[in-house]
Amino acid sequence: MKELFKKNKDTLITLGIVTGAYIVIEILLKAGALSSLFKGLLVPLCAYIILAVSLNLTVGILGELSLGHAGFMCIGAFTSAFFSKITVGVINPGWLRFVFAILIGFFFAGLFGFLIGMPVLRLKGDYLAIVTLAFGEIIKNIINVLYIGRDSKGLHFSIKDSVSLGLEEDGQMLINGAQGITGTPKDSTFTAGFILIMITLVIILNFIKSREGRAVMAIRDNVIAAESVGINVTKYKLLAFSLSAALAGVAGVLYSHNLNSLMATTKNFGYNMSIMILVFVVLGGIGSIRGSVISAIILTLLPELLRGLSTYRMLIYAIVLIAMMLFNWAPSARAFRERMVAKLPFFKKKSAEKEV
Amino acid sequence: MALINTLLEVNHLSISFGGLRAVDDLNLSIKKGELYGLIGPNGAGKTTAFNLLTGVYKPNEGIIRLDGKNITGLKTIEINKAGIARTFQNIRLFKDLTVLDNVKVGLHNLYSYSTLSAVLRLPSYRKVEKQMDKRAMELLEVFGLAESAHLKASQLPYGKQRKLEIARALATEPKLLLLDEPAAGMNPQETQELMSTITFIRDKFNLTILLIEHDMKLVAGICERLTVLNFGRVLAEGSTSEVLKNPEVITAYLGE
Repeated sequence: MKELFKKNKDTLITLGIVTGAYIVIEILLKAGALSSLFKGLLVPLCAYIILAVSLNLTVGILGELSLGHAGFMCIGAFTSAFFSKITVGVINPGWLRFVFAILIGFFFAGLFGFLIGMPVLRLKGDYLAIVTLAFGEIIKNIINVLYIGRDSKGLHFSIKDSVSLGLEEDGQMLINGAQGITGTPKDSTFTAGFILIMITLVIILNFIKSREGRAVMAIRDNVIAAESVGINVTKYKLLAFSLSAALAGVAGVLYSHNLNSLMATTKNFGYNMSIMILVFVVLGGIGSIRGSVISAIILTLLPELLRGLSTYRMLIYAIVLIAMMLFNWAPSARAFRERMVAKLPFFKKKSAEKEV
Repeated sequence: MALINTLLEVNHLSISFGGLRAVDDLNLSIKKGELYGLIGPNGAGKTTAFNLLTGVYKPNEGIIRLDGKNITGLKTIEINKAGIARTFQNIRLFKDLTVLDNVKVGLHNLYSYSTLSAVLRLPSYRKVEKQMDKRAMELLEVFGLAESAHLKASQLPYGKQRKLEIARALATEPKLLLLDEPAAGMNPQETQELMSTITFIRDKFNLTILLIEHDMKLVAGICERLTVLNFGRVLAEGSTSEVLKNPEVITAYLGE
C-alpha cells in the first residue's frame, strides 16, 4: 500500500488539490458566502480546467501545437445539447440523460479529432497550428449555418435558413442557425463538473504513465528513434490527439448544459477560446497537468475578482500573466523557488531522496 | 541460395540522391554471431547504408534479406519487428523521459495491455508494468546504468547516453544490432570499456553486430570481418587483418 502511494504520489497530490478546492467552494456555497457572479462562474471554470488539461495532452505530451481545441469543445457541446433536447422527457431520470449526453459529446468530439487528425498530424509545428486553427473555425462556422427542425414527419435539415426546412405548423426548431440551440436542459452542476474533472485527470495521468503514453512521449522527444524501436508513430499521434479532442468534447457538454441558449460565437468556440486555453497550458507549464489546473483556476477567477477596478482590469490581468510566466520559467526565479522549497521541512526528505 | 548460417544478405544495394550515388552496388553477407565492421572515409555512404538497412530510405535497387526473409522496402517499424535495431551517430534518446522509460519504450512491442486497463489501473496493467520494469532493469544493469534509472536521459553524461542507446535498441530483442559510431566522442578508457561491453552483449544476447566506426583501435580490436566503403562503392572486404593491410585501403582511408 505504501509502495502504491509512493508510485502515484504526483497523481494523488493533483487529485487532492482539486478535491480540496471543491470542498472549500462547497462550504462557501453552503454558507452563502459567494456572490451570484462567482456562482455563475463555477461550471464554466470546471469546463476550462478540463479543456486546459486535455489540451496539455496534445501540446505537452504529444508536443504538437493545436489552436483548434475550442472546435472540438464545440462539437461536444452541440451534439450533446442536440441529444439532450430531443430526449428531454424520453430518457428519465435527468442524470441518466446527462450521462448519455457526456458519452455522446466524448464520442463525437473524439471521432472528429480522429478524422481531422488523420490529414492534419502529418504537419508539424506552426503549420499544424495554423491548420488546426482553420479546422476549429470551420467547425464553428458550419454549426452557425446549420438548421435542424422536427415535426410529425421526422427531422428536417438545411444549411440555408429556417424557412427552407418546410416545417409543419406545430414543428419545433432544434438548431436554429446562428441562434443555436435554446432550451437545453440545465443538467450541469458544480458537482458534476468536479466529478468530470476528476475523471479527466485520472484518464490523462494514468494514460501518461502507461505503455501507450510513453510511446507518445517518445514520439515527442525523437520521432526517428521512436520508429527505430518499432513505435507506430501515426497510430499513437492519432490516439493522443483523439483522446485530447474527446475530453474537450466532455468540457463542451458541461459548458452547453449550463446555458439556456447555446450559440457558436467567436468568444466561446472560436479562436479566442482556443488561444485562452493555450494560455492556461503555457502558463501552467507545458506538460504539467497540475499546472494547467492551477493556471486555469487563477486566470478564470482573476478578471472577475478584479471587476471592481473596471478599466484597469485587463491591464492587471496582463501584468499577472507576465509575472506568472517569469515566476514559472525564468531560471533565476526557478532557482529561488527551489531554494525556498528545500528550506521547508516537508519537502526536505523529498529533495534528499532525489539525490540518491 | 543463402547459406543457412547467414543472417544478413545484401545484394546490389544502391541509392541515388539527385545525381549522387550515395551507395552503389553494396554487397554484404554477415554470418550469425559475427561482429562485422563497416568503415570508410567521411561521406563514403556508411550511415546511408544503415538508413537503407533500417528502412529510413528505400533503395533504388537491390535486395536485403534478414534470416532468409526479404525485408527490402519495408517500413522502419516493420524492419525493427523483423529483428534489426540500431543506434545513431548523433545520439537520439528520448531526452525528457527517464533512463528506465527509455528502455521501456524499447520494450513496447514485446509487452501489451489495453488502454482501458491502463486508465483503470487494472491488475493486468500492474502485472505487465512490473515485468517491464524488471526486464528494463536487467538491461540497464548490463550497461551499469541501473543506478541512474530514475534520472532523465538528458542528465546522463555523454558516454552513458551512448550506452543507454544500445540498451534501448537491445530491449527490442533484435537479431542484428547496428551501431553507428558507438565510440564517437569517447576517451581511450571509455572506448576500451565499450569494446568489452560490445563483445559481452554479443555473447549474452546471441547477437550479430554490424558497426560503423572510425576508431581503428576498436575496429582492429573486436571486428572479425570488414567492408570498406569509398564514394559509395565497396573498396575491399575480408577479414580484419587482411583488409587493414590492403594498400588501397591504406591510401584511401588510413592515409599514406
